[in-house]
Amino acid sequence: MLLYSARRILQAIPVMILVATAVFLLLHLTPGDPTEILLGPEATPERAAELRRDLGLDKPIPVQWALWFGHVIRGDLGESIFLGRPVTQAIRERAEPTLMLTLVSLVVSVLLGLGLGVLAAVRRGSWVDLCATVVALAGISMPTFWIGLNLILVFAVILGVLPVAGYQPLSAGLWENLRYLILPALTLGFYDAALLARMTRSMMLGVLSESYVRTARSIGVPEWRVVLRHALRNALIPLLTVMGLTLAGLIGGALITETVFNIPGVGRLLIQAVLRRDYQLVQGIVLVIAGAYVGINLLVDILYSVLDPRVNKSISR
Amino acid sequence: MGSTEPVLPGIPERSPAPAAGRRRPWSAWVAQHESLIIGGMLLGVVLAVAILAPVIAPYDPNLIRPEIRLMRPNAGHLFGTDNFGRDLFSRTVYGARNSLLVGVSVLLVSCLLGAAVGLLAGYYPRSDASLMGIMDSLMAFPGIVLAVAIMAAIGPRLENVVVALGVVQIPRVTRVVRSVVLTIVHTQYIEAGRAIGLSDRRLLLRHILPNCIAPLIVQGSFIFGFAVLGEASLSFLGVGAPPYIPSWGNILGEARVFVRDAPYMMLLPGLALSLAILGLNLIGDGLRDWLDPLSPGGRLEADRRRR
Repeated sequence: MLLYSARRILQAIPVMILVATAVFLLLHLTPGDPTEILLGPEATPERAAELRRDLGLDKPIPVQWALWFGHVIRGDLGESIFLGRPVTQAIRERAEPTLMLTLVSLVVSVLLGLGLGVLAAVRRGSWVDLCATVVALAGISMPTFWIGLNLILVFAVILGVLPVAGYQPLSAGLWENLRYLILPALTLGFYDAALLARMTRSMMLGVLSESYVRTARSIGVPEWRVVLRHALRNALIPLLTVMGLTLAGLIGGALITETVFNIPGVGRLLIQAVLRRDYQLVQGIVLVIAGAYVGINLLVDILYSVLDPRVNKSISR
Repeated sequence: MGSTEPVLPGIPERSPAPAAGRRRPWSAWVAQHESLIIGGMLLGVVLAVAILAPVIAPYDPNLIRPEIRLMRPNAGHLFGTDNFGRDLFSRTVYGARNSLLVGVSVLLVSCLLGAAVGLLAGYYPRSDASLMGIMDSLMAFPGIVLAVAIMAAIGPRLENVVVALGVVQIPRVTRVVRSVVLTIVHTQYIEAGRAIGLSDRRLLLRHILPNCIAPLIVQGSFIFGFAVLGEASLSFLGVGAPPYIPSWGNILGEARVFVRDAPYMMLLPGLALSLAILGLNLIGDGLRDWLDPLSPGGRLEADRRRR
C-alpha cells in the first residue's frame, strides 16, 4: 500500500510540472501585448518598453519560464496587476466561499445521490425508482446555471424563503453562512447527485443479488440492516471513485455557480481576471485549481487502495 | 464518462443477436433502444430548427426595439422579448443553430486530432510516454477551467470556443482510441498484415482505425453534449461567444439579472438547451448499449461483473 501511494505521488510530480508549463505557455505564446492592456492604447513606446523590462517580458520565453517556475515552486505566483496584491493573497482572500460551497455541495450530492440510489434499488420498479430515474436524467441534462436560476426563481423570488444571491462568511455565524449556501450547494450538487444516484442504483442492484445478501436475509437479519450494513457497504467502494470525481468536478462547477449566485469566491475571481485580462492572476488561479484537482484525484486513488487492497495488485501495472 | 476504461478485446460491434438467423420483430428493437429513439427525435427537432432557423424565426434575432423591451410571452412574441426588445423566440431558434454548429465543430476537431494522437501513441510505443504525458497534463484540469483559460488567451470569438472545447476533449478521445489500438496491435491479423509488407499507414488507417469507430461513435455523442453545454457555459460566464451572437448561453447570461422581473427570459430558452442536452445524453446512452454493451454502464456490464 505504501509502495503504491509513493508511486502514485511520484507519478503526480511530472504531471504537475507539465501542467504548470501548459499554463505558462498558454498565456505567454498568445498574441497580444500585455503592456498595451495595462497602459491603454495611448501609451508611449518608451513607457511600454520600460514596463516590459520591469515585468521581465523582454527576456526569451525559456528564461521567463525558468524564472516563473522558480517563483512558483517557492509559492510565489506573482502580483495581480489590477488588484495590486500578490496573487496568492488574492486567492487566499477568496478561498473561504469556494471551499464552503464545494464542501456543502459534496454533502448535498452524496446524501441525495446515495439516498435516492439506494431507495431506487430497494424499491426497484416502483414509483420511487421512476422518480429517481427522472431526477437523475434531468440532473445530468439541465445545465448548472439553469438549475440555479430556477432555484432562485422558486425559493427566493416566489417563496421568498432564501436569499437571492450573495455570501455571508463563516464569521457571521454558521446558520447565516449556510442560509446563503443552500441554493448554491443544491445547484452545484445536483449534477453529481444525479450521477451518483444512477451509479448507486446499479451497484446496489448488483450487490443485492449476491448470495451473501440472500444468506443474511435467510438467517433473519432485518431488511434495513441488510441494505445498509451488508449491501451498501460493499457497493460503497466503487462509489468512492465516483465521489472523488464528484469533488474534482465540483471545483470546476463552482466557477459557474459562483457567477449565478454572485459568490465572491475563487471561480468568480478567475472570471473577473479573464475579463480584465489580468494574466498573472488567471495563471495563478488556474494553476492552483489544477493542483487541487490533481491532489484530490491522487488522494482518492490512495484512499481507494486502502479500502480495497485488491487495487494494489491490479492497478499498479 | 467511462472513456478511461480500456475497451475489452473481442467486443462484438453489433448488438449480440439473440438467435442466429432469426430476425427479431421491429417492435422489439424499438423497445430495447427506446433511449436512442427518444434522443434521436429530440436531436432531430433541434437539428430541424437549426437548419430552418431563417424560416421559423419571425424576427431578426438581433433587431433591437427598446419600445417593446421586457415583454411577457404573447401571440406576437412567443417567448417574450428581452431587455433590448429583441424577440426571444427568434434568438432561441438561432441559438440552436450556433449550439449545433459549435457542437459539430468540436466533435470533428477533437475526434480527428484525438484519433490521430491515439493511433500514434498506441501504435508506436516510443511516442507513447511523451504523447500521453501531454494528454494527461491536459486532463489534469477541470474541463471548464481549461476552456476558460484558453478563452482568456485567445479571446472571445465563436471559433475560439470551438478551439477551447476541442482541446479539452482531445485527450479523452485519445485515451479511447489508444486503448483500442493497444488491444489489437498484437493480434494475428495485424501481425499478418505486417508480415505481407503492408505499410504502417495502411495498417493504421485500413485495419486498426475501423476497430476504433464504434467506441468513437459512443464517445462522440457525449462530446457533442459536452460541447453544447460547454458553449452555453462559457457564454453564460461572459467569456464565450461575443454578446451580439444569439447563443443559448448568452441569452441565459443576460437573463440572470432579470430573474426577478422577467423570469420568462430564462425559462423557455433554458428548457430548449436542457432538452437538446437531454437528447444527446439519451443518444449517448442508447449508442453505448447498442454498440458497446459490455462497457461500464452498458446494458450487459452488470452480467459481466457477476461473471
